[in-house]
Amino acid sequence: MQHILNVEHLKKYFATQKAVDDVSFSIEQGAIFGMLGPNGAGKTTLLRMITGIFFPDSGTITFEGKKFDPVNDIIRIGYMPEERGLYKKMKIGEQALYLARLKGLSKAEALEKIKFWFQRLEMESWWNKKVQDLSKGMSQKLQFVTTVLHEPALIILDEPFSGLDPVNANLIKDEIFRLAKNGSTIIFSTHRMEQVEEICDHIILINKGSKILDGTVKNVKQEFKENIFQVGFEVKPATIGSNSIFDVTGEKDQSLLLKIHDGYKPHDVLQYLLASQHEIVSFNEILPSLNDIFIRLVEGTPMARAFQSA
Amino acid sequence: MNKIRLIIEREYMTRVRRKSFLLTTLVVPLVIVAFYAIIIAVSISGDTKTQNLAVLDEGNLFEGAITAAGKDDKSTYTFIQNETEQSFKSKYKKEGYSLFLYIPAFKDGEIPHIKLHSQSAVNLFVKSALEKKINAAIERKRLVAAHIDPELYKNIKADVDIENAIDSGAGEKKSIAGVAYAISFIAGILIYMILLIYGTMVMRGVMEEKTNRIAEVIVSSAKPFQLMLGKIIGIGAVGLTQFAIWIVVMGVLQFIIPLLFPEIFSQLSDPAVTNAAAQSVNSQKIADIIEGIQSLPITLIIFSFLFYFLGGYLMYAALFAAIGSVVSEDQQEAQQLVFPVMMPLILGFVIMTKAINDPDSGLAVFGSLFPLTSPIVMMGRITYGVPWWQLGLSMVMLVLTFLFFTWVTAKIYRTGILLYGKKVTWKEMWKWLVRKG
Repeated sequence: MQHILNVEHLKKYFATQKAVDDVSFSIEQGAIFGMLGPNGAGKTTLLRMITGIFFPDSGTITFEGKKFDPVNDIIRIGYMPEERGLYKKMKIGEQALYLARLKGLSKAEALEKIKFWFQRLEMESWWNKKVQDLSKGMSQKLQFVTTVLHEPALIILDEPFSGLDPVNANLIKDEIFRLAKNGSTIIFSTHRMEQVEEICDHIILINKGSKILDGTVKNVKQEFKENIFQVGFEVKPATIGSNSIFDVTGEKDQSLLLKIHDGYKPHDVLQYLLASQHEIVSFNEILPSLNDIFIRLVEGTPMARAFQSA
Repeated sequence: MNKIRLIIEREYMTRVRRKSFLLTTLVVPLVIVAFYAIIIAVSISGDTKTQNLAVLDEGNLFEGAITAAGKDDKSTYTFIQNETEQSFKSKYKKEGYSLFLYIPAFKDGEIPHIKLHSQSAVNLFVKSALEKKINAAIERKRLVAAHIDPELYKNIKADVDIENAIDSGAGEKKSIAGVAYAISFIAGILIYMILLIYGTMVMRGVMEEKTNRIAEVIVSSAKPFQLMLGKIIGIGAVGLTQFAIWIVVMGVLQFIIPLLFPEIFSQLSDPAVTNAAAQSVNSQKIADIIEGIQSLPITLIIFSFLFYFLGGYLMYAALFAAIGSVVSEDQQEAQQLVFPVMMPLILGFVIMTKAINDPDSGLAVFGSLFPLTSPIVMMGRITYGVPWWQLGLSMVMLVLTFLFFTWVTAKIYRTGILLYGKKVTWKEMWKWLVRKG
């Protein structure tokens, strides 16, 4: 599949730290791409380079097959920064219109699209209100609309669900899926792992300015699996303990958690259990959550990065 | 370009549509005109037309000398006898007099202390008219005493008025120092105020964008430089609009007010009042002022005003924008950084007040060439005639400085506007400046 964005050996050093240090990745057209990392990992700097706000010190960005040209390409990108920003004293309708026209839409086009989105997210009555009169969740919705209004090819959302209640979060989530289905590519930056597992196809993990993990959610989970299986029994057996095939690492209600030793397969475990005459009701593999993987990879490195001398 | 236009439009429209804009735009000229009207009203208030004046002339010297000035002067002058100042002071009002003039007897030809009693403060015109009459009477008596023919004396007396001719460019021009002084001063103050008011407006606008975090959203659509320039031009346009409205409103008010309050202006056109006014102010002077205004290089002054307004505004707005971009929410921090920018403005103002008194002094010439002070100081010199090379050099330097500051500011602004929660030092700003890219 075609790559909408290719980032190669991107570097951005600030006076006191290496914010982004030799990061490469590529994103497929129409994918929902998760960019993960602890606070201060360099995600925002990376995103600012992709949106043309910062120039990289070195490395190349290829957008839609051509060298990224901030002046012309930024209208194909929609960026919702983590720090939400709107003019507090400007009317909501006018604000949406202004931001859409800055992205290159004509007035008529912009009005039509605003109407569509305001209807869709039930915001029509807001037109003459000011942002300072909106709740945090409401202005979040407005920010989302202004980000995607001009139908960008690449949508970058930095923590899009923070401050949203579950109903509105689901609303936005559905819109993200719909946009991706319609061909937009989405970069989704967050440190909330459960959302990533649910939404993203492909993830990278950034820590201390470097990429430390890259792959599809499925592959990453496979890569970090620990061969742990959960076996459910009709009656919990008291006699099964660790042996040469597996260790019992835990129990829960009527089930046991087993860790299979190297060199054995789930098939061997089942054979052993069947031979022991216990009634088995379920047998499934426990894959690590992204949260666990994230913590395992990042743990031990200080969350807030120590400042290095330049 | 299209984006800059959009940004200018937003900056302009959001400000112009604010209630506070409407309020200041309409209230300021009203206040100025009202102030002006009150001054006129106060200065001609009091019953100027018909005064019933009682005169107690203890020396009996002025009977017949203090009389009505002409047929338009309807005041009466009654000489009373057999009274003292003390005794009549309490009575004159009851007897129907509005004023009571007390002239004690002369001792050894020395003029005594003359007093005018009244119920309220006496109008300036009335007082000076009386003084003129008494002076004339005393002079006449002294001339007679010295055996000088008063008619002869009148022919001998000289009253010169020096005319200042400026020999520059297109022939000889008349100039009236007072008029030049006033116009220079007003123009200088106006430029100073414009730079200060609209400069800080730019700064607050940038700070608002930074604290609202909208800056990052905008710069993902437009270049920081476009955002900055759009803001500066938009606010400059607001300033021009406000000035245009002020001029129109003041013009209309000056036309309308005489229709609304005819009594004030009928007094002004009353011959008795204008006579008195002319006697004290000297009608020749009014004509001179008008002539003086006409003799000034009006086109040059207006052109320079617009040029220095634009150049000075663009230059200072760039500096104020840079400050707005580096401060975080802290107002106090902003004040600290604003100080170095305010210094040359204040310095310019001080030099301007010196320059209008001595327009060709070294300090004035320096101030009108040095770009940070030239918009203010040059306005202080322009009415006196400035050599063309100085004007040209000053303007070129102003434009170059404005371009330089815009370039510098763009670099600071680009970084500063995305930097939150951190106090920026001068050293860091310098680093942003010299850094490439």
